[in-house]
Formats: sequence, C-alpha cells, structure tokens
Amino acid sequence: MLPTCVAMILFIAVPIVSIFIQSLFIEHKKELIEIERCDPFGCETEVGVDIEAFAALNKEKPLGRFNGFKTYTDRNHLAFNELTEGWKNSKTFGEFSKNFMNLPFYKALIFTLTYTFFVTPSVIFLGFILALSINALIQKIKGPIIFATILPMIVTPLVGSLVLFWMIDAQGIIGATIQDLFNDPYLSLKASIKLTWITLITYGIWHHAPFAFIVFYAALQTVPQDPIEAAIIDGANRWQRIRHVVIPHLFPVAVFIALISMMDNIRVFEPIIGFSAEASAQSFSWLIYNDLRNIEVMNFGSAASTSILTIIMVGILLTPVLIKTWREFGESR
Amino acid sequence: MATLADKKSKKLLIINSIFILAWLIIAAFPFIWTFLGSFKVREDFFSRSDWWYVISGFHTIIETGGRYTLNAFREAWIEGEFWYAARNSVIVTFFVVTISLFLGTLGGYALSRSPYRYAFWILIAALVFRAMPHITLVSGYLFPFFQLNIWGILPTTIIVLVAINQPFTLWLLYSFFKTVPKELDESGMIDGCSHFQAFRYIIMPVMWPGVITAGLFSLMLAYNDFTVTAMLLSYENHTMVPKLASYLGTNQHEGNMMWAVSSVVSATAPLFMVVMFFQKQIISGLTTGAVKG
Repeated sequence: MLPTCVAMILFIAVPIVSIFIQSLFIEHKKELIEIERCDPFGCETEVGVDIEAFAALNKEKPLGRFNGFKTYTDRNHLAFNELTEGWKNSKTFGEFSKNFMNLPFYKALIFTLTYTFFVTPSVIFLGFILALSINALIQKIKGPIIFATILPMIVTPLVGSLVLFWMIDAQGIIGATIQDLFNDPYLSLKASIKLTWITLITYGIWHHAPFAFIVFYAALQTVPQDPIEAAIIDGANRWQRIRHVVIPHLFPVAVFIALISMMDNIRVFEPIIGFSAEASAQSFSWLIYNDLRNIEVMNFGSAASTSILTIIMVGILLTPVLIKTWREFGESR
Repeated sequence: MATLADKKSKKLLIINSIFILAWLIIAAFPFIWTFLGSFKVREDFFSRSDWWYVISGFHTIIETGGRYTLNAFREAWIEGEFWYAARNSVIVTFFVVTISLFLGTLGGYALSRSPYRYAFWILIAALVFRAMPHITLVSGYLFPFFQLNIWGILPTTIIVLVAINQPFTLWLLYSFFKTVPKELDESGMIDGCSHFQAFRYIIMPVMWPGVITAGLFSLMLAYNDFTVTAMLLSYENHTMVPKLASYLGTNQHEGNMMWAVSSVVSATAPLFMVVMFFQKQIISGLTTGAVKG
C-alpha cells in the first residue's frame, strides 16, 4: 500500500502544488536597452531586448518574477477589469454578453459547461435505451453486437474524432452529401460556431454512450425477477414495468455513470484537436494546451492559473457526489 | 429479463431491431469506412466529386494500377517513421501496465484488508485525483521536468502515466479484492503463514481475473494517451497517437493526410484485436465499480 500512496502523492498531489506555485509567477520582463551599432557608414542606436540579461535572469530565477494573484485576474483568466468595464460601457445586455464571450476564459467556461450538460444526460438516456434493446435480443448474436457497440469507446478520442471528421468534412462522404442536399458548396462544419458545437456534442455522445450502455447492461442482469412477475400479474404493461420496477433499480447506477461521465466531459480536449475546431470551441484543457504547446514560449504562469481554476471548477461540480459517496462508505463500515 | 410471461409483440421487436441496426451503423461504420479508405490514394478518400471513389478506387487505379494500394502504409511507416513511434508505444504500454499492476495489486489488497479509517481517505483521494483533467497535471510536471532536464524521454512519461492510471487501478482492484473472502487468507494465517506468504500462496492464485481486467484498462490508457505523451515527449520520442496527430499538419492539402489515415488504421487494429479477445473482462471491469453504486 505504501508504494501506491507515495506514487499517488508524489505524482498527483505534488504537481497540483507545483502548478499553484507556478501560477503565482509570470515570465520576466524583457529589459529594453539601447545598443549602438557601428558600421562603416556611421553609428546608430537601436532599442532592443537585452537578451543576455534576460537569459541570466531566467537562469537565476527560472520561475520568473512574482506576480501574486494578478495572473488570475488578467484578461486571459477571470478578467475582472474587463468585466466591470464592459458592464459599465455596454448599454444593452446583448452587447455585454458579446464582450463577455470574447474573453477566453469565459468562452471556454461556457463551452465546457454546455458540452458537459448536453452530453451527460444524452449519454445516460441513449445508453439506457441501448441496454434495454440489446438485452432483449437472443443470446447468440449478443456478443458481436456488444463488440461493435463498444468500438467508439475503446479508441482514443483523437482517433475517434478524426475518423468522424474525415467523413463529415467537405470532402468526406457525409459532408459532401449534405452539401449536395442543400445545394450549398460552402456549407461546412467550420462555417458556423453552432454547427461546430453540435458536431462536438454529437461526437461526445457517440464516444461515451457505449460506456453507459455497458454499465446499464450489466446492471440489468441483476434486476430481480420477482417484482417484474408480480407487476405482470397485476397487469402492468411493458412501459409501466420499466418505469416502476427497472428504473428505480437502476437509479444508483445512473448516478455512477453521471459522475464518471461528468469527470470525462469536463476535460474535453482531444476532439477539439481532431475536429480542428479550436477557432469556435475552446475548453479549459485546450486553453492550457495552447499556453504550453510552443516550446519556445511557454506561458507556465498562465497555464498554471487556468489549471487551478479548472481544478476548483471540478471540485465544485463533484462535491455533491463526493459527499454522497462519503456517507455511503461511512455507513457500510 | 426474458421471463415466461414476457411475450414480445411483433411491432416492438421490429422497432427494436431497426434501432439496434441504426446504432450499429453509427457505431461501426466510420471505422469500416476509414479502413477501406486507407488502401486508396488521397484523391479517392478525400474526393469532392464522388464518394463512391472510396469503394471503386477511381484515382487509385489511375495512379497505381490496382484497386488497392499499400502506399499510404508504406510511406507512413518508413518515411514518416511510424515504426519508431510504434516501438515507443510498445515500450510505454508494457512498462505502464507492469508497474501499475504491481503497485495496484499490493495497494488494492492492502486497502481491502485494512481495518483503519485512513484506508477510506486514500480511496476518496484516489477518486478526487481520478477527476483531475490530465492536462492540469501535465502542466504541473512540465516546469520541474524542464528544470531537472528529464523532459522528453520515455521513463518520465511512463512514471507519469502510471501515476495518472493509479487511482482507477486502485479502485478496480480494491473492489475486486473485496469480493475475495477474508476467511481465505485468515485461514492461511491461522495455519502459520505470514502476511506476505498469505498473499503469495493464497491470494495470488485467485487474483488473476481481477488483475487481467485492471491490466487491460492500464493498457488502453497507456496506448491511447495523447495529452501526456504529446506534452511530455520530445518529437523524436513520440508514441503513436501524438505521432499521427503531427501528420495532420495545418491544412488538409498537405500530402501527409493519407499517412494519418493509414496510421489511424495501424494504431486501432491491434486495439480492436485485444478487445475482441478480452471483451468479457473489459465489461466486467467496467461494471465492478458500478454494481456497488
């Protein structure tokens, strides 16, 4: 047990502390100096970045200079100034919300939340229906059908979204057909924000539904037969049996699926890369990725602040479930 | 739920079959399509004029003389150095699975037998860690790794993946060991086994179903990972998934598109094989946590 604990603390808890510390710092200011350049035609002074001093400073204090919580409140994160100013200056609510949507953090917040709250319930619903219908099949063909059903889940999101993207794209089978149908050669996934969001959400449902299906399917095998037979004797029809016997039995399972699915949806990231949708849809994970992807200029401070804010978000969303787990666990002892 | 009194009406049966058929098409067709397309040239797979080209291979016949071509695979594996990425993937996956199973088995067993309250706290902590988006952790690793000069190499990435994987493995094996009756190892200890001997001779022979399941999940995580490997490995050391992402380039008209298509197929095929073999274990693994609520 000790090694597991040490590993978890060392590699999960320590990085969280590390990003917190990083988030307090910001890269050094680049000192401007005047450089005199002389060539055969005379001397002139130029203003340039003092590269040597910058490098020396970086070596001495690799984290950068201390910035306190200012990174959290700058334009790229919580943007308090921009919000208050926008509120004062904009006359209508529409104007304000337009400004609001231009701030990267809130843009990502709205997308992430929309994605999570559309995908999670749809996944539970679709998974439940799938489990009911596949459960009604004859035993022989269940195996292959279950295999085909879980395919979208086992491939990595990047591959899954690429495979779909190549079909939906203007040159793929679905995209081209849709263009023909609407007779609009410019209609494409990237044409509008709404279409992109719908595609990403559809993808999310496609990717996660198999998981919900499997869990529901397994739980269906444990539904007790006696109440169902009793319900049949009492004259309940199929729908009533499902509504009053099966659903209450599966409710705790649905909570579990909701929890796992929410955890996964909040970190939505790879589909955005796969669908090359970063122009119109950005999630928190993508913001962090964007800060770090260029090796030359890595914004550790900015990425770390976004990370901390994300962790806080995840914490808020998960508190109710955690409290529930805690109580149940306490009772079972 | 098939009981004697459960007579199915014909109508419902038909609706049911249509629904499942529709879902199967949605779920499996994209993969079949990509698989077919990977044996064609780019003009066929990304054809503006006629999607039937993906089947008939109109341009493929013109360019290569046959209806199917392995060009995309050959170029990606050799010119695109995909073989190297595949090798890296195998190394990373192997070590991640081995290490996390070793730690997870010991940890899960200890937790399931532990009478103390702190065991519970560890499990809750594991649940919270499970919820952390991977990239937030990665952003925490990056800076120290750069400072220590251990960025970009395989061993560090393996350790990070093990750590990220650990909460899930721990929960899975914990619930598995809970189903192994305590009396079993207690009886062993009454007969004079030490704690370790009880684990070695009594638990180990019966733990394989749980361990195989946990191993499959570690395998899928390590094999499929993009976030961690893309950020923590240098370009030369990339595993398969980041490698194929790098083929995408910035726009579709670069010649590498077919490389990406063929490497998607090469990367998914082994995974599908594994799942086909171990379908039962994967399903049981996903449900152990759930049935307990």
